[in-house]
Amino acid sequence: MKNRIRVLRAEKNMTQGDLADAVGVSRQTINAIEKEKFDPSLPTAFRIAGLFDLPIEAVFHYDPNQG
Amino acid sequence: METANTPLKLRRKNQLRRLAVWTLLWVLSEALVIYGHRELWAGMAWLTVSAFVINLFFGLGMVLTYRNLMNLLDELERKIQFESMGLTLGLTLVAGVGFSVLDITNLIPWDAKIGYLILFMGFCYIACTWINTKRYC
Repeated sequence: MKNRIRVLRAEKNMTQGDLADAVGVSRQTINAIEKEKFDPSLPTAFRIAGLFDLPIEAVFHYDPNQG
Repeated sequence: METANTPLKLRRKNQLRRLAVWTLLWVLSEALVIYGHRELWAGMAWLTVSAFVINLFFGLGMVLTYRNLMNLLDELERKIQFESMGLTLGLTLVAGVGFSVLDITNLIPWDAKIGYLILFMGFCYIACTWINTKRYC
C-alpha cells in the first residue's frame, strides 16, 4: 500500500515520534509504514488519516503491483 | 498506580520491569529446588515439594506477565513476535526430535539433555526477533 505520511508529516512539522505517540504505536512502526514495508490495520490507518484531517483514501492508496 | 490513561511507553516499561522480576524469581526458585534438595535439606521431601510448588507459581506468574507485555505491543511488534515465536516453535520441534534421534542411534557421544534444547530455543528466538526487526524497521 502506498502512502503520503512522510509528506503530510513534514507539512505539519511532526517527527515520527510525535505521530507515533498520537496514534498509539511505536516510532519503528511509523517508520515501517512510511517505508511501505508494513501495511497498517484499518483502525490505525483511520487514526493516521484522522490526525491529518483527511479521508483515508487521501493518505493511503492500494497499489496492485506491490507485494 | 497505572490506569488506562497512563502512557503506553510507561506501561510497557513497567510491564518489562515486572517480567524481569518474575523471571529472576523463577530462575532463583529453580536453583533453590535443585540446590536445596541436594545440599540444604537432603531427605526432606516435603521441603522439595514446597520449593517446587513455589517454582511453578513463579513460572506461571512469569508466563502471564509475558502475555500481558505482548498485549501492550502494537500491531507490527506483535507481527514480529508472532513470526519469531512460530519459527522458534517449528525449529525447536525439528531440532528436538532430531537431537533425540541422534541420542537413540548413538550418533552423538553425550546424552540429549533438555538444557541444550532450551539454549537452542533461546538463541532461535533472539535471532528470529533480530532478523524480523531488521526486515521491517
